[in-house]
Amino acid sequence: MPPEPAAAVTAANTPADNSRIHDIGYRHYDGVRLDRSYIRRSLFVQSLRGAYGLGRSAKSKVLPMILFAVMCLPAGIIDAVAIYTHMTKLPLEYTEYALLLQAVIGLYLAAQAPQSVSRDLRFKTVPLYFSRPMERIDYVIAKFGAMAAALFILIGTPLVILYLGALLAKLDFAAQTAGFGKGLLAAALMSLLFGGIGLVLAALTPRRGFGVAAVIALFTISFGAVTSVQAVAFHQGAQTAIGWLGLFSPVTLIDGLQTWWLGAHSHFVGGYGPPNAAAGACYLIVVLGLIAGSFALLMRRYRKVGLG
Amino acid sequence: MIETESLTKRYPRVTALDRLTVGIEPGVTGLVGANGAGKSTLIKILLGLSPATEGTAAVLGLDVATEGPRIRSLVGYMPEHDCLPPDVSATEFVVHMARMSGLPPTAARERTADTLRHVGLYEERYRPIGGYSTGMKQRVKLAQALVHDPKLVLLDEPTNGLDPVGRDEMLGLIRRVHSDFGISVLVTSHLLGELERTSDQIVVIDGGKLLRASSTRDFTQATASLAVEVTDTERHPDGTRAALDAFTAAGLTARADGHLLLVDIADESTYDTVRDAVVALGLGLVRMEQRRHRIAEVFKSKQEKEGGSRDAA
Repeated sequence: MPPEPAAAVTAANTPADNSRIHDIGYRHYDGVRLDRSYIRRSLFVQSLRGAYGLGRSAKSKVLPMILFAVMCLPAGIIDAVAIYTHMTKLPLEYTEYALLLQAVIGLYLAAQAPQSVSRDLRFKTVPLYFSRPMERIDYVIAKFGAMAAALFILIGTPLVILYLGALLAKLDFAAQTAGFGKGLLAAALMSLLFGGIGLVLAALTPRRGFGVAAVIALFTISFGAVTSVQAVAFHQGAQTAIGWLGLFSPVTLIDGLQTWWLGAHSHFVGGYGPPNAAAGACYLIVVLGLIAGSFALLMRRYRKVGLG
Repeated sequence: MIETESLTKRYPRVTALDRLTVGIEPGVTGLVGANGAGKSTLIKILLGLSPATEGTAAVLGLDVATEGPRIRSLVGYMPEHDCLPPDVSATEFVVHMARMSGLPPTAARERTADTLRHVGLYEERYRPIGGYSTGMKQRVKLAQALVHDPKLVLLDEPTNGLDPVGRDEMLGLIRRVHSDFGISVLVTSHLLGELERTSDQIVVIDGGKLLRASSTRDFTQATASLAVEVTDTERHPDGTRAALDAFTAAGLTARADGHLLLVDIADESTYDTVRDAVVALGLGLVRMEQRRHRIAEVFKSKQEKEGGSRDAA
């Protein structure tokens, strides 16, 4: 190792003089090197911030911030109405809120999931991550966690607003708190499910546009198809079928699951939820299976990427 | 620095590395081979990202099969292809990569500022990378490989896509990584010529096999020769021929190459012998210069020889 120039030694000894010494030589780094959990956490925070455009260009903040505002606005209005008209309960359940605004959530996911993973693939940044101490699973955990957390903030914040409004309007504390808790639980499951599906679709292609289209297509087509077939079943009087059909789209999965498990108000055609306990358990198993499956698929996806 | 022992990597269809045994010393090492010779495969194995089919390899004394993460915290890697997102600045990008190497936030920022300055990026480091020239992008790629102060950097074709000036600057920078920063370098190229000025050691692989590994000095010193050009006179209408005979008679090994005579330099006395022989003949000495064979020529003649013997067999 060559001796460092004298200037470097001086600069290292008197840090205050750094500003005046321009040509200091190369200095080695003797500080700490933190472990994989720090690296994973750093990537998680960076991805989560990125999902709202923070730490990125002003342009990339526009869409997520608008969608965030759109999600929160109705909650604020409901609060205002509840407070001024002295309602005895909120006009909707906490668990219903995300279902009513599912289009906004779908749009957010379609825009931000590709942002999170397609960019690294498209600009071939992935090899730089894997040439560092982190392992494949660290990358997947950080990206999956960040997407789910971003969705949870999107879905959960309006629920917090609703809850605070309900407390201000002096609604029944116990009932509101229980409803709020159920709402957050459903929001957490929805965030994990949607986040996983969105990332798997986005990671299939380095092309951002395809990722956006794939996410929108999957969510709207599956929801449209399930709802149409449920409507047909309704007219044929096949109520049990309505309850089972909900298994075939992400939104109706959450709807059915919270109806059965959390006693939420069903948004299925005719208001029929899963017909029995077995069907309800199916919803839970399918949701958990899809979350685990998305994680496994992402792990598989990055196995081949390596140094590309 | 790096030791491999019968390192073999077989894919279902091709053998990318074939019983490669090589030892690489600290310093700048050029890894030369045509595209598909196994350079990238070797780098992947050395980073512990791809298991070897057979054989072993150690980087900085750490086994690649079991200590991949530890190796990757002490080694920097600059890929051949583009790897930079265009919408962030060099500073933001390199800070992020420093943290991905385990540097705490403050250290990551300080090291980024230092490293970008050392690779020659100043004011432009706050602008989005999308607007950079190829040369500037290569510097950012080098910076992200150096930011965590590794003991060794693996540079995959760092001069690709650069114009001649940019190429020289990059090679100079690579030289400084070792001479000024004290970091060992393994640099790959498919161009033998450009690495000879930069490297202390050259490893040539072809078809996953080791063709040659030796220090750059060995490569060129063994082949140093003296180029001599003489005039013709009335007494010696073919001065070149006469001089060649005289050199041979004086015990030198020489051959004619058009008007040039190439004399192998045995030792210091060779110069005197050449001068005296030319004076004795009464010829004018137009040129007498030392020649270092370029590695490429050595390599080529070696290959031709091998090719010839292979054909003969």
